[in-house]
Amino acid sequence: MTSPGSATDFDWAFFWHYLFSPSSTFLDGLWRTVYISVVAQLLGVLLGLLLALAQRSRFAPLRWAGRGYVWLIRGTPLLVQLVVVYNGLAAAGVYRFADVQLGGLVLLGVVQAAILTLAANEGAYMAEIFRAALDAIDRGQAEAAQALGMTPATTMRVILLPQALRIIIPPLGNEFNLMMKTTSLLSVIGLQEMFQTAQSINSATFKTFEIFLVAACYYLALTTIWSFIQRFIERKLADPGHVVATPSLRTRLVGSSRDRNTLAGKGAN
Amino acid sequence: MDPITNAGPSAVLSARGVVKRFGDLAVLNGVSMDVRPREVVVMIGPSGSGKTTFLRCLNHLERIDEGTILVHGSPVGYRPGPGRPVEERPKVVAKRRRNIGFVFQRFNLFPHLTALENVAVGPVKVLGAPKTAAQEQARDLLARVGLADKATARPSALSGGQQQRVAIARALAMKPELMLFDEPTSALDPEMVGEVIAVMKDLVADGMTMIVVTHEMGFARSAADRLVVFDQGVIVEEGPPDKLVSDPEHDRTRAFLRRINESG
Repeated sequence: MTSPGSATDFDWAFFWHYLFSPSSTFLDGLWRTVYISVVAQLLGVLLGLLLALAQRSRFAPLRWAGRGYVWLIRGTPLLVQLVVVYNGLAAAGVYRFADVQLGGLVLLGVVQAAILTLAANEGAYMAEIFRAALDAIDRGQAEAAQALGMTPATTMRVILLPQALRIIIPPLGNEFNLMMKTTSLLSVIGLQEMFQTAQSINSATFKTFEIFLVAACYYLALTTIWSFIQRFIERKLADPGHVVATPSLRTRLVGSSRDRNTLAGKGAN
Repeated sequence: MDPITNAGPSAVLSARGVVKRFGDLAVLNGVSMDVRPREVVVMIGPSGSGKTTFLRCLNHLERIDEGTILVHGSPVGYRPGPGRPVEERPKVVAKRRRNIGFVFQRFNLFPHLTALENVAVGPVKVLGAPKTAAQEQARDLLARVGLADKATARPSALSGGQQQRVAIARALAMKPELMLFDEPTSALDPEMVGEVIAVMKDLVADGMTMIVVTHEMGFARSAADRLVVFDQGVIVEEGPPDKLVSDPEHDRTRAFLRRINESG
């Protein structure tokens, strides 16, 4: 037997095989990773917006609730939140996530718990992003809207949110990038997403390096595809009257130091 | 001192004993003013004298601590309460602001909207006007301020003078009965002051009731019915511009006018 860790042990055939013709279980895991990320992020954005609005409310209890939520969620690890929501609530007899039938589809209890917890967690971070974006808009904008006779709700919807949206796209892209990788934590509640699938293949084949390298490649592919999509969205939303410096893909992926000025300028927008 | 002219029930603006404090500092210390329909009042005074704050109180962009402000006979931002007035809910205040136009020193155009959309957004979103009618009206207003060809331009593509003219058109779109101008030319390069002043004079000729905070003494002398001098949170003097400029009664007015003449 050769010693483990020797580079000659690397099973290239196994690696290429799983990279280019992954098993259906692996693809199922990949698919779960994708849709859980997308749904959790969308819900997280909605929740974040509601929390940011609550924090700006005229009613003090709403403001406290918004701030308290962000404090609680950002102050505890996601890993702990996942276990508390899925295992803890069930163990305490409070709530057990059961599989539900949606049309012809079965939505697993563990998937519900995962989406809910990820969205609840993401909401707290998105609330901060929305808050910062709304704060970044010049006070004169709200005053001009008020002077026209707009109510606070109309001012928010017609004047402030469209401008905030442009500001949140870069950090939102960052959040979604993190979200796709964070789904690997769902393995602790036994959800068969991509990482967990790689783990079970590992325990069946002992090709540890190979299979986790395949998983890494797939995560990298997901985040790379996303950076293309994000770039497209930013271009769509850019003010056509302004020539906005769009970071090159190279900058976006590797954060080249040569282009740091462009990035800094972008952040200040 | 009670600087009240012949205010009747028809007064567009009637302010009485307005006091505004920021912490311990009283920026307005009992300001009273009446403005009749079609009257043009220019407020001057050193910076920090309270003229801009007073203007902002008129459409409730600032709260007041004492006194009353009536526009067309009804209070803006407050309703009578037990003891002292109670602040109205934002929705009610919003309704009261509809026919008070406000033009800001820094224009505050909406950067995500075109010039045309900036002018049409008020009627559409506040008055519920049909979009096509509002855009039609916006086109007319842009033509009136000399910017018919800039309808599709974003604010970022316009010069300061052009932006301020769009801002005036935006305020006019709400068909205001009173227009408030907060140093409308102070943020402009000197060569752009004239185009904004011309639009304002056009409004004066049209009979618009206007209250203008400005250092443009040329505009004050030629267009104002009345000049009001602020200093340290009170009105120190007021009167017809020619008389007030040539023969000021108050030392502080004299000192201020001298400073303006030196810098201008």
